[in-house]
Amino acid sequence: MAAISLAGLTKSFGDVTAVDHINLDILPGEFITLLGPSGSGKTTVLRMIAGFETPSAGTINLDGVDVTMVPANQRDVNTVFQDYALFPHMSVQENVEYGLKVKKVAKAQRRARALEALESVALGEYASRKPSQLSGGQRQRVALARALVNRPKVLLLDEPLGALDLKLRQQMQFELKTLQRNTGITFVFVTHDQEEALVMSDRIVVFNAGRIEQVGTPQDIYEHPLTEFVSEFVGTSNVFSGAQAQSLSGGLDRFSVRPEKIEINSAVTHEITAQGKLKDIEYLGPLIRYVVDVDGQHVIVLSQNDEQNSKDLANHIGHAVTVSWRRDAMQVVT
Amino acid sequence: MMSNLDRISARRDVRRAASLLAAPLLWLLGIYIGALAILFLTSFYTVDSFTNQVIHEFTFQNFIDVFTDHAYLNATLRTLGVAVSVTLVCAFLAIPMAFYMARIASPARRPFLVALVLTPLWASYLVKVYSWRTMLTPESGVIAWLLHPFDVQSPGYGIVGVIITLSYLWLPYMVLPIYSGLERLPSSLLDASADLGASTLQTMRDVVLPNVKPAVIAGSVFTFSLSLGDYITVQIVGGKNQMLGNVVYQNFSLNLPFAAAVASIPVVIMVVYLAMIRRTGALENL
Repeated sequence: MAAISLAGLTKSFGDVTAVDHINLDILPGEFITLLGPSGSGKTTVLRMIAGFETPSAGTINLDGVDVTMVPANQRDVNTVFQDYALFPHMSVQENVEYGLKVKKVAKAQRRARALEALESVALGEYASRKPSQLSGGQRQRVALARALVNRPKVLLLDEPLGALDLKLRQQMQFELKTLQRNTGITFVFVTHDQEEALVMSDRIVVFNAGRIEQVGTPQDIYEHPLTEFVSEFVGTSNVFSGAQAQSLSGGLDRFSVRPEKIEINSAVTHEITAQGKLKDIEYLGPLIRYVVDVDGQHVIVLSQNDEQNSKDLANHIGHAVTVSWRRDAMQVVT
Repeated sequence: MMSNLDRISARRDVRRAASLLAAPLLWLLGIYIGALAILFLTSFYTVDSFTNQVIHEFTFQNFIDVFTDHAYLNATLRTLGVAVSVTLVCAFLAIPMAFYMARIASPARRPFLVALVLTPLWASYLVKVYSWRTMLTPESGVIAWLLHPFDVQSPGYGIVGVIITLSYLWLPYMVLPIYSGLERLPSSLLDASADLGASTLQTMRDVVLPNVKPAVIAGSVFTFSLSLGDYITVQIVGGKNQMLGNVVYQNFSLNLPFAAAVASIPVVIMVVYLAMIRRTGALENL
């Protein structure tokens, strides 16, 4: 049975439809990411699962029970908020204990459980501090401990890593993933960062304008994007359309090719080849990024940093080059 | 290390600040602090009992009189009681009002509600107090008429009337700080509390109230000090009761040093009150 089942879920704010007939089944123990640009409805879906927003239409089932009209405080889910939402007047310990306190867990027991939760996020020594005395990363961990101490069936995470710097974010991505694997709790993770989604998720749900564009594993989403939106929002893509697409592919109206699947002036030419003019070379460290003009279309090519090759090509800016890719690198998109 | 250039520009900044602040500072020091100092000084003088002229001789007699005469002691306690009651009534009314304004009403309606709370301040103080006098009239007033079906008497003119009237007068000063405190409260805190299983009442008690406490204290500074100094309302709706302000008013022309001694009491109470709340951080909320 699905841990969370959304059916025809819709939310309108006045004239704006933020979420438009979403159907989605989330499996128990799954790490699922709701990915999309801001305003795509992903956070609203999360807030409806948590119970902070009432759907305009549709139903939400948790473990097979319809909770559409059940208030937030009676749902067996916990949330980690984007701004952490730690209670500023309570100590770290009191923050973590609060959920147990309102559930009337005995004092000694909730102390022990809160401390255990804090230790699991390596913050045992900070129990008596106020949230304002902690760094962003530490607050993040307290928020996590405060949610997990309640042992929820589902943990909802609303862009929890957005405010952290890159290094810390990558570390937390790893820790969250490990935590999820060890606890077996269903994680519903909201982010606008496609890389984060690819790294962490069992499945990704791509949102656009209140609708689901595609659901699939990270590989599915990246290798086989079904729509132009997905192909461009997750990673970068070269999307060809119209007569150019037809003549290149021999019949396809519209297709996309990932930049790393294209080779430039390679010794072996693949099934699909095109002539173009090299416009630009960018040095990205491990990769080199080329921009090739093929009949007015800017084609992006990503290659491994082969120093000799890129030096040779550097003299070719403005000159003709050949780009080629395999037939199966092309993905039909709508 | 400060270079010479920095030092010159720092000096220029000081000079500019001084020229900007000179007038208000002079006002504050001369007219405000200076006047208070003279008030304190005067309270240690005495008067010639025949001519009512102030004699510049240092004595504690005025304070001894104030604290040994039961009438004055009672006036002090009554004033304190009224100020505390008014503050409690205002807080009790203002918290739900402000919560509705800041959290339940739609954001578009909030400025309208704030304006509504402020409208009583546009009317004259005397008009408002006299309206309460009319409403509080024993037997025939609106209050008596409203309470009649419940078999309750109108409070009439007296301390209760004073507390009701002053609470009405100073309520906006309590609502506004609490409103702004509640508006600043991130809504995610309320969501988080519900998320952790707290009912609306528990969220109110455990999350909302502790976070608006500084705002309530900030509002109490207004309601408390304004009530402490009032002497007109008590004359109009207070019956025969006297507050410290009345004692000052009556002695003002006869015995200025004594009036000054009585006037120092609310100032001292206020200083003690401010010192007490300083540690709560509420003063940053003003």
